[in-house]
Amino acid sequence: MSAPARPIQFDGLTLRHGRQPAVLGLTGCLAAGSLTAIIGPNGAGKTTLLRAIAGLHKPAEGRIDRGGLLPRDIALLPQASALDRRFPITCLDVVALGHAARLGAFRAIGRPEIAAATAALAAVGMADAAARPIGSLSAGQFQRVLFARMMVQDAAVLLLDEPFSAVDTRTTEELIRLLQRLHAEGRTVAAVLHDLDLVRQAFPQTLLLACEPIAWGATASVLTEANRQRARLAAEAWDERRAAA
Amino acid sequence: MIHDLFLAPFELGFMRRALAGCIALSLAGPPLGVFLVLRRMALMSDVLQHGILPGIAAGAVLGGLSLWVMGAGGLAAGLAVALLAGWLARASGGREDSQFAGVYLVALALGVALISAQRGVDLTHLLFGSVLAVDDATLLGMAGAASVALPALAVIWRPLILESLDPGFMAAAGLRGGAWHLAFLALVVLCVVSGFVALGTLMSVGLMMLPAVAARHFAATLAGQVRAAVALALAASVLGLLLSYHADVPAGPAIVLSAGGLWVMGLLAGPRESLLRRHAIGWRAIG
Repeated sequence: MSAPARPIQFDGLTLRHGRQPAVLGLTGCLAAGSLTAIIGPNGAGKTTLLRAIAGLHKPAEGRIDRGGLLPRDIALLPQASALDRRFPITCLDVVALGHAARLGAFRAIGRPEIAAATAALAAVGMADAAARPIGSLSAGQFQRVLFARMMVQDAAVLLLDEPFSAVDTRTTEELIRLLQRLHAEGRTVAAVLHDLDLVRQAFPQTLLLACEPIAWGATASVLTEANRQRARLAAEAWDERRAAA
Repeated sequence: MIHDLFLAPFELGFMRRALAGCIALSLAGPPLGVFLVLRRMALMSDVLQHGILPGIAAGAVLGGLSLWVMGAGGLAAGLAVALLAGWLARASGGREDSQFAGVYLVALALGVALISAQRGVDLTHLLFGSVLAVDDATLLGMAGAASVALPALAVIWRPLILESLDPGFMAAAGLRGGAWHLAFLALVVLCVVSGFVALGTLMSVGLMMLPAVAARHFAATLAGQVRAAVALALAASVLGLLLSYHADVPAGPAIVLSAGGLWVMGLLAGPRESLLRRHAIGWRAIG
């Protein structure tokens, strides 16, 4: 790892899109080396929160203390739609470009970096696809390639936005195992998810967000019927307030 | 016969200079064009080709017929229009085409008005180019622009790919995408302006874009497409200059028509994603 994981603290964090609040008054801590699911209704500010942790969205109020972690120490895997799939580039090149996060724009991507990219492709079960253009991949295969790129980044903090939303069950299972391996190496992992069974099964910590934080802690204590009811009500209240504004 | 058709024209000094200039343009422009196509910025090239004209006209008004003053005016106007178009694209949230059309119509009208007010400047030559006008200074300008543009493209190659492929990743990794984008636009403007004497402001973009658009029918990888685009541009230059010589057509339209011919060939029967390929695959699926 390029830098050891450090806790990421939120202190009264409020994020806005224009004047509309996306996240309101979040206080708490992503512990170093924790494995956290971020769940909540649509429009609850989950994606905005990940972007803010990665430094792509400025807090309106409050602050995020990343404990001295640099942008290159935080890897963000956005929803796959953000990337231009028709670009004429091979899987291996996409994965190798993950090194640019550490090497910058100009330092050479040499033989060790290519070897690391090849190994990462093998780890996600895509060794045979190294020379294939990304345009020819299925959604699941493409997500595997993006996972490989994230591995190559070798970051202390991994942020994933709905990584399994367009992916088949087998790919989900394999990528979850991979994520657990990366977590076992001491990295902090936070993922926005919808599948609550998956959250219960694989994520020890959960943050339930409905614009305002509803609950944050051990997954079993967060995923109660009462909390989920509160999240639904809070989300409806926010929707109404937004519609009225 | 073959000698008369293909070789005799290039025994003339001005044809050789025009060819040398077009080779320089063919080496520098099409690789940039490939990136313009990949970044879905083909419309931007329309804006540029019209946008540099008022700058060149203003240069002609201020500096007489000095090539360097006209070139500098074209560069300044091209950069200004490129920045304006970029801002419009962001401000309009992806509905930039109508604003782009507005920008280039106004720019073209302004350029034509300025030039018409100035005696001694032939509008046709500025718009469509003239091989006869390629003197040593022009040639030096074209070769100089290519000598700057090619190495500069090589230097910004990786950040440019990253920014075209996945701007979100670039931003998240803390690499600034905007600076590379600007550097890229400056190179595009440089190449378009450097071609205006030989090809004309309206046609200069053609030698950059048509081979780049055609390249996807000839190669699957980025590097392959860049090589294909350069090869197509070189072929179009030779064909176009011959057409210009024999049929007495201005060089710009002749070269762009040749490039267009190669593009149509690629579209119909190229080795990749052409109509012929698609039908061949279709028949195989049926058979």
